[in-house]
Amino acid sequence: MIYLEIFWSFFQIGLFSIGGGLVTLPLIQNQVVNLHGWLTLDEFADVVTVSEMTPGPIAINAATFVGARVGGAAGAVIATFGFIFPSLIITSVIAYLYLKYNKFGYLKAILSGLRPAVVGLIASAGLSILILAFFRGGGFPSDLSDINFFAVILFAVCLFILRKYKAHPILVLAVAGAAGGVFYSVFGLG
Amino acid sequence: MKRDFKFYIKLFVSCFELSAFTFGGGYVIVSLMRKKFVNKLGWLEDSEMIDFTAMAQSSPGAIAVNAAFLIGFKLAGALGAAITVLATILPPLIILYTVSFGYEAFRDNTVVQSVFLGMRAGVAAVIADVVISMAQSVFKNKAFVSVGIAVSAFVAVAVFSVSVIIIIPVCGFLGFLLYSKKDEEVGKQ
Repeated sequence: MIYLEIFWSFFQIGLFSIGGGLVTLPLIQNQVVNLHGWLTLDEFADVVTVSEMTPGPIAINAATFVGARVGGAAGAVIATFGFIFPSLIITSVIAYLYLKYNKFGYLKAILSGLRPAVVGLIASAGLSILILAFFRGGGFPSDLSDINFFAVILFAVCLFILRKYKAHPILVLAVAGAAGGVFYSVFGLG
Repeated sequence: MKRDFKFYIKLFVSCFELSAFTFGGGYVIVSLMRKKFVNKLGWLEDSEMIDFTAMAQSSPGAIAVNAAFLIGFKLAGALGAAITVLATILPPLIILYTVSFGYEAFRDNTVVQSVFLGMRAGVAAVIADVVISMAQSVFKNKAFVSVGIAVSAFVAVAVFSVSVIIIIPVCGFLGFLLYSKKDEEVGKQ
């Protein structure tokens, strides 16, 4: 029963994605690529790209896209609802406790432990996309010709623009897309 | 305010618009929600919105959806919550469902593949940028425990392929043990 599996997968992703935004990426990668094999790492990288390029919460974007790819329209709806279901229950509980006791102490303590962990987790998801972008074949290279030097340069330029000029990510992605469109069309996909 | 049909439509449209036209995810949407519901419509107090934001951030899931849920519930109970949540998730559902069709149709096109391959290096840069900013704020206080947690979490996933679902509860529990005790001591002084 694919729909039940989609629901349960995104239920878990929703339950553990604390901190918003990119935190969902390592969780989606874990469920969708590693555990279920619904998407390849290549397709996962495309999902991240599409989610960054479209409006709305990134987690919902990714859930919808993956759900649609795996199970059509029903899959998209089920993935989205599976994702928001646990968070709405927990938000209600937190709101209730907060309004009753007006204290955030324990919650703040838990979040203080989670925040640094989340940095490490996002870094790890970013690293797998980075390896995918830099090396043909998707793994560490056996010789230099496996390295995509254009991607390395493009990455460095994008990161520089983001850090130095605080450019909007969408703008950076659009420029990177245009550069890739021209370069790979002329010199081939390699 | 009167909770008539017009009110519910207004509530729906407000959340729908915010979700449909805001690029950049949760934090941006929440700050725009504040502008809309506190400053423009005057339906919420600023202090309420600050509390809602803190609660939404403390819960798992998408911050924008959690905030929409709290706002809707506060304004019009369960029906209000259903309206705001639906209005927030509908735009990405529609947009991404459409895009996924386009992806199926055009993924074998060489030009589209070239553009996606270029954007992949860009996405890696965007994630690296976020990680650098987050790491700076975590490492800034020279809290060795935080640095230790961040590095261990990274190594556990990237090198030893430990499941994310194990790491998150463990680190949450660690935070509970380490920091709730500290708060107590501060309270005693």
